[in-house]
Amino acid sequence: MDDPLFWHRLQFGFTITYHYLFPQLTMGLAFIIVVLKAMGLKTGEARYMDAARFWIRIFGINFAVGVVTGIPMEFQFGTNWAEFSRITGGVIGQSLAMEGMFAFFLESSFLGLLVWGEKKLSPRAHFGAALALWIGSWLSGYFIIVTNAFMQHPVGYTVTPEGLFQLTDFWAFILNPWAFVQYAHNMLATVVTASFVLTAVGAFWALKGLFPEQARLNLKTGVILGFIFSVLLAFPTGDIAGKMVAKYQPVALAAMEGRFESGPYAEMVMVGQPNVAKGRIDNPIKVPAVLSFLAYGSFSANVKGLNDFPRDQWPTNIEMLYYAYHIMVGLGTILILIMGIGVVLNWKGRLETTRSMLWVLMLAFPFPYIATTAGWAVAEFGRQPWLIYGLLRTSQGASPTVHSGSVIFTSLGFAGIYVVLAFLFLFLIGREIAHGPVSHSPKA
Amino acid sequence: MEMLWFWLVSVLVAIYVVMDGFDFGAGILHLFVAKTNEERREVLGAVGPLWDGNEVWLLAGGGTLFLAFPKVLASGFSGFYLALFLVLWCILLRGISIEFRSHLQDGLWRHMWDAGFAVSSILLPVLFGVALGNVLRGVPLDASGYFELPLWTSFQVGAWPGLLDWYTVLIGVFALVTVAAHGAMFLAWKTEGPVHDRSVALSLKLWGLVVLMWLLATVASFLVTPTLFQNLSRAPLAWLATFIFVAGLLVVFMGVKRQKYLLAFLGSGAFILGILAATAACVYPVMLKSTLNPAYSLTATNAVAGRTGLNAALGWWFIAFVIVLGYYSYLFRVHRGKVKAAAEGEGY
Ligand code: HDD
Ligand code: HEM
Ligand code: HEM
Repeated sequence: MDDPLFWHRLQFGFTITYHYLFPQLTMGLAFIIVVLKAMGLKTGEARYMDAARFWIRIFGINFAVGVVTGIPMEFQFGTNWAEFSRITGGVIGQSLAMEGMFAFFLESSFLGLLVWGEKKLSPRAHFGAALALWIGSWLSGYFIIVTNAFMQHPVGYTVTPEGLFQLTDFWAFILNPWAFVQYAHNMLATVVTASFVLTAVGAFWALKGLFPEQARLNLKTGVILGFIFSVLLAFPTGDIAGKMVAKYQPVALAAMEGRFESGPYAEMVMVGQPNVAKGRIDNPIKVPAVLSFLAYGSFSANVKGLNDFPRDQWPTNIEMLYYAYHIMVGLGTILILIMGIGVVLNWKGRLETTRSMLWVLMLAFPFPYIATTAGWAVAEFGRQPWLIYGLLRTSQGASPTVHSGSVIFTSLGFAGIYVVLAFLFLFLIGREIAHGPVSHSPKA
Repeated sequence: MEMLWFWLVSVLVAIYVVMDGFDFGAGILHLFVAKTNEERREVLGAVGPLWDGNEVWLLAGGGTLFLAFPKVLASGFSGFYLALFLVLWCILLRGISIEFRSHLQDGLWRHMWDAGFAVSSILLPVLFGVALGNVLRGVPLDASGYFELPLWTSFQVGAWPGLLDWYTVLIGVFALVTVAAHGAMFLAWKTEGPVHDRSVALSLKLWGLVVLMWLLATVASFLVTPTLFQNLSRAPLAWLATFIFVAGLLVVFMGVKRQKYLLAFLGSGAFILGILAATAACVYPVMLKSTLNPAYSLTATNAVAGRTGLNAALGWWFIAFVIVLGYYSYLFRVHRGKVKAAAEGEGY
């Protein structure tokens, strides 16, 4: 326990997981707000603008929490991972600086205009602010994912004789193929999160009999977008992500799937508990050959098991990796089912009246948050024991002069602050939902 | 190359201090110059749309430091570990105070966030000033390129100092006073009515204090680091910067006298920019000075990142910088003129 590395990892893992609860809604909502405002401008119907106005208020609260929890992330590269920063700063400093210069300025400059500027700006200029925020937040997602993709799959660098990473090919680094896949998959997931939030609020209003017009609009927009994006999330992007991991991080794939022995016609484990000490899955339910097909496109492909890799390359937390992956994929299937039923009911015109479905939709909004968090756990635990895959070990990255006592102190501080923040956030969001949309249209 | 990047980082940091400085200042002063809820909302209306963007200058400066001088970032951030977490918590409290206050029309709720806004706005400039003091005084960097700094030891300046000693605290107070005076000019420019009058009334006293503290800080810096001012005679930039901050100071007093508050605000911005630029010119090329052995110091030359990366960065950095200036001019244009407290339920 007096190994500082453990505490650095815990601190970073906790703060980033918490931070990312907010940007995922920011990025997804930014997209949906643009859609709503575009519909409003096109059709001239007030209900779209009322809906956009409501979501912009939610967006503002969520964004504020995203900002204040994001700044600690930026600092932690230096405070907690000083050796990592010193060694790789010549490369990843690039994308992190670009995020600040290209994305954060754009977001922060237009946020005020979007949230408070509706009366000050023309409808078109206000739409422009929404567009700027969408672009800014999606750019910031790209730069952070480029950074992470370099850690997963380093490209465009050399290592100097002193062991420092230096950029040699800027475009190779920025256009890292790993980043494309990760980005596409991740951004689709943000829209799924936002769609579920939309339908949950719509369902709540519908069940309470409040704001019927807005409830219908949210439900309808939510299930349609949610269905399309959930499907795209599993196929093709989730599928490609899996194939990419199979190709470049085969040992991570073996751990995700809980596969210990190698061989063709690899089974896919649906249920079961990995028993790492004994090297097997307990109480398994398996489907034959599916894993070979999903990972390599052929039922007879050989999928290597953990036993064929040296122990010191095994991910450090195989159980977590296995469960995180199964939770993500399992929930991914459930999300498609829920939204699929929603779309069918909507098409039949029964969505707002089927109370059982409204209950499901109202309570399902945590699922995409859980799936997203699990997905990042897959990516991050799967990367272990490496900080930069295959090149730099996590144990080489921490700050040499920061001792456990300091990290535990600040982690406890963050834990306390973040609990309070969560209560404040939920309280304010709850109030907004209870208030409902504010109409500026004359008839209201 | 390293000189260029040293200045780009310095410019971003200096702009950060000027920009976030005025909203820190507004936060420090608002309990005194804005008494009623209406008046507080006027202050928040002035900083509300700008504070987040102002803070991004810090992130941009940090990012550019990371990009160009990763060793300095690694050593400095891990060495100042605890202090930086205090900074983070203050930033957190401040952001939340500004954003959450106006969501509820309740007296207690608002008092709580007003206090949060004031406390965090006071602590942050002190902490940043202390950090600057540490950079000027030096830190116990050893041959490994790292250091560890307790929050305080004996409050003496020596080879093994703490983060806080009499010198760094003095610089911290200097920073606090300067930022408060800068904020007074900002409020004088952007507000009207009682907030405006009180800010103007306070401003001359505050600027008097600034001059006093500046003299004290200069003498103290000379005592602590006698070599600091040697560059002054050699670097023309240092002269230029000195000229700018002295001129800025005069403009402040002139602006207040003639009731041209935008002018006074620009003057106070020039004062801060100039004094930081003069400091940067004096310390160059040292970025983190070692109190143990000058050879262990991290300098722009021995900490700079690889050439190809920096060349690539030159390609996009200036483009981004120009775009950012574009956003800022648009933002200040949309929010031009005096602020009025927005109707309840809208605005900050
Ligand atoms: C709503 C959220 C969500 C859902 C339903 C899914 N994913 Fe996912 N997944 C993510 C949210 C996510 C994520 C949080 O966005 C991750 C983490 C890193 C990333 O870029 O995306 C991710 C990562 C991720 C990775 C790891 C990539 C790496 O190691 O870098 C794989 C292999 C998959 N996903 C595959 C799938 C498959 C086959 C799914 C089938 C249903 C699936 N995901 C559904
Ligand atoms: C929001 C999404 C993310 C989540 C939920 C997440 C989660 C985690 C977790 C749980 C750990 C601890 C892993 C362990 O100790 O085994 C971790 C470590 C880390 N992550 Fe992430 N991460 C995310 C995104 C990122 C991004 C975008 C970057 C890079 C820019 C990044 C960089 C790191 C670093 C440097 C560590 C510490 C070293 C390590 O343990 O590997 N993470 N993350
Ligand atoms: C180590 C990883 C991370 C760092 C250093 C980081 C840093 C930051 C910072 C400093 C901010 C505040 C910006 C401001 O002041 O305007 C922020 C907000 C944001 N971050 Fe992160 N972040 C990380 C992980 C992520 C991930 C994984 C994503 C998405 C894929 C993301 C997307 C965003 C977005 C969209 C915002 C703006 C909206 C919001 O705050 O809700 N971040 N982040």
